[in-house]
Amino acid sequence: MTTFGGWEMPVQYSGVGDEHRAVRTAAGLFDVSHMGEIEIAGRDALAAVQRITSNDAARLDVGQAQYSALTTPAGTPVDDLLVYRLAPEHFLLVVNAANTRKGRDWITSALEGAGDAVVVDTSRRYALLALQGPRSREILQALTAVELEALRYYTFATGEVAGVRATISRTGYTGEDGFELFVAPQAAEAVWTALLEAGAPAGLRPAGLGARDSLRLEASMRLHGQDMDETTTLLEAGLGWIVAWDKGEFTGREALAAQRAAGVERRLVGFEMLDPGIARAGYDVYAGDERVGRVTSGTWAPSLGKAIGMAYVPAAAGAVDTGIAVGIRGRRAQARIVRMPFYRRPRS
Amino acid sequence: MYPADRKYTKDHEWIRVADGQGHVGITGYAQEQLGDVVYVELPAVGRTFAQGEQFGAVESVKAVSDLYCPVSGEVVQVNEALADRPETINGDPHGTWLIVVKLSDPGELDALLDAGGYGAHVA
Repeated sequence: MTTFGGWEMPVQYSGVGDEHRAVRTAAGLFDVSHMGEIEIAGRDALAAVQRITSNDAARLDVGQAQYSALTTPAGTPVDDLLVYRLAPEHFLLVVNAANTRKGRDWITSALEGAGDAVVVDTSRRYALLALQGPRSREILQALTAVELEALRYYTFATGEVAGVRATISRTGYTGEDGFELFVAPQAAEAVWTALLEAGAPAGLRPAGLGARDSLRLEASMRLHGQDMDETTTLLEAGLGWIVAWDKGEFTGREALAAQRAAGVERRLVGFEMLDPGIARAGYDVYAGDERVGRVTSGTWAPSLGKAIGMAYVPAAAGAVDTGIAVGIRGRRAQARIVRMPFYRRPRS
Repeated sequence: MYPADRKYTKDHEWIRVADGQGHVGITGYAQEQLGDVVYVELPAVGRTFAQGEQFGAVESVKAVSDLYCPVSGEVVQVNEALADRPETINGDPHGTWLIVVKLSDPGELDALLDAGGYGAHVA
């Protein structure tokens, strides 16, 4: 067990490597109830969400979700999040555990005097289970009447799972097909148990924070607080694709537009180790003899059979195939910048 | 659970001594804490270390753990097979040695834990 964002969470059940492989080849079940939920409702809810986030929430139909960021005036993320449109004037923001309170306070103060938009932290009303992996759909389908095949990526529906009312979202943080299930906390254990029983023949395993980290890193999904924070802009973090330039004014737009025009000076790149050793978060990164940055995330990638990581490097030194070095226990281990994502799931 | 034919450090290394040389490995407890071992960094033959000095590191998917030399001495052998099969440490931690050290002061062994003492240490 470990402490993460104020929650006691298991790092692993059967072992990080074992759980990682289960998610890539069958399915894994994660308890991610630590994630925070913030709801915004009212006649001006859409305008409010548009003003505080970088992506274009107006493009969401009810039943759709999108990846976005809560931005500072400098264009840096207070947090990254998923925005769900529950109803025309009702949005659900799923935020990182460590940032729930900060995000809520940020949103509340940003929306002061913003018309008819109520902000409520509903984190305690939801437990969140993530069922991830290529066999997720068949496992979940046995426990719900919701037609999962019709549920496209980044859409959600409400229904029952194992007799428990749930919001079923086709989203995840592993790079695999999968679902995230919002249920009432008092019903979570029953759903967890029912899923593990139904999924056991298919190879479903409970999975912890360790595998969640190695899976998301292989899929090049950023972790807020490591790969980006309030000192790195969305463009530097490689998240220009969640900046909706044409949607109108939002917090941070001006700074981001200026940076886009001038060009970024540094950016987040992915690298793979060429020399033995694993680059861990915080290790120094060198271009030639010069220390140019730090590793933000690094791990052994079980699906790839090599060590990978992410780091901020000067834009001029960030091209794919450029050699860099990582300081590992006093030596300089050679690495190579590669295209992200490191891992892409096979399309069926 | 912990073999009685060797001594243990509080940092979870074991050393099994015969004829003035000690085979050094990590304990089942250490292996369990680390999880899947994916890389072992070992010193070159001929290096000398003081008791308690770091001689290498073991990397698993989730963490890196430093290795400390249980005794002072010179490295006379390194288990090269671990470069290709580091996971043998998970399968058989007490049967998988990392290095062999030629002891410069066998008296240092007295400061180490026996199997019972180590078992109590990690209980």
